[in-house]
Amino acid sequence: MSTHLNVNASTITTDSFSQGIKDCIPTLLGYVSIGIAFGVIGITSNLSVLEIFLLSVLVYAGSAQFIFCGLYVAGAPFSVIIITTFIVNLRHFLMSLTVAPHLTRYSPLRNIGFGTLLTDETFGVATTKVMKDKQLGGNWMDGLNLTAYLAWIASCTIGGIIGKWLPNAEDWGLDFALLAMFSALLVLSLSSVGKSKLMHYLKLIALMAILLYVLLYFLPGHLAVLIATMIVATIGVATEK
Amino acid sequence: MSISLEMLLLMLGCALVTWVPRVTPFILVRNIQLPDVVLRWLAYIPVCILSALVLEALFHAEGNIVTFDWLNLAAFVPTLIIAIWTKSLSKTVIVGVITMAILRFFF
Repeated sequence: MSTHLNVNASTITTDSFSQGIKDCIPTLLGYVSIGIAFGVIGITSNLSVLEIFLLSVLVYAGSAQFIFCGLYVAGAPFSVIIITTFIVNLRHFLMSLTVAPHLTRYSPLRNIGFGTLLTDETFGVATTKVMKDKQLGGNWMDGLNLTAYLAWIASCTIGGIIGKWLPNAEDWGLDFALLAMFSALLVLSLSSVGKSKLMHYLKLIALMAILLYVLLYFLPGHLAVLIATMIVATIGVATEK
Repeated sequence: MSISLEMLLLMLGCALVTWVPRVTPFILVRNIQLPDVVLRWLAYIPVCILSALVLEALFHAEGNIVTFDWLNLAAFVPTLIIAIWTKSLSKTVIVGVITMAILRFFF
């Protein structure tokens, strides 16, 4: 592990806000590309720039915002949009449950703050940090979360403005940034589990592929992700040595 | 630029159902000591959920049979290689987006 990110994270173990900002920087490119992609798609889905801005402030979840646009433009009833958003974001419950035990020493109000700004990416960065340092600091967490949040709002809004001027901007591959970022976070998580456990994890991922394939026959994608995750994690515990 | 009351209420509804699952565990965990087996289970969640999100995007489930999403799969291969090689988020995202832009240009 000789990358810049890893050196930074392992040499500085004190809990600092500015280190949280620094550890967020590698993910910013992902946020900015996906945020711009969202803004552009928001415009093509007949949202105004103000609505795009408010959605990124209030909902702050990439995949849910994309699905919001898709359903809104298709004229889905509001109840369907709200229920779908709930299901799509239910995975955050598992993510919060994973991160929260490391932060119980902070006040309830600060914990609400950590939870409110938890996303797939900050979750990925925070769990990579836990695997390396065995702990999480509240100031570090706030630095990471606030940087990600502000970058997201700014890039969504800028995307909306770009979308007003440039039609077809969604052909540029920006939407793939989400999958690319998940892939990199997965590789980073795996690279910090240690050699002895790596084989176990790789077998679980193979199992995940098969299980997900089967589940996708009768469940929508986001439910399949949630259920497959819970099943494979259970098998992981049952088969560990 | 204006926003209708209806739209604002819709967004607030979506915000609420997104916020509750995010925050609840942070409140729960303070009052309950999670048993060891649950903590061990939670340790598997990051890799499981990230691999599930990646794999789900590689499948195409709209027809009668579930197949591969060939375009995503084609862009995923170089992206994964760069991720393993560089272990860098930003380089992986750049390569991924450029690969996808090139693929969309030709197909």
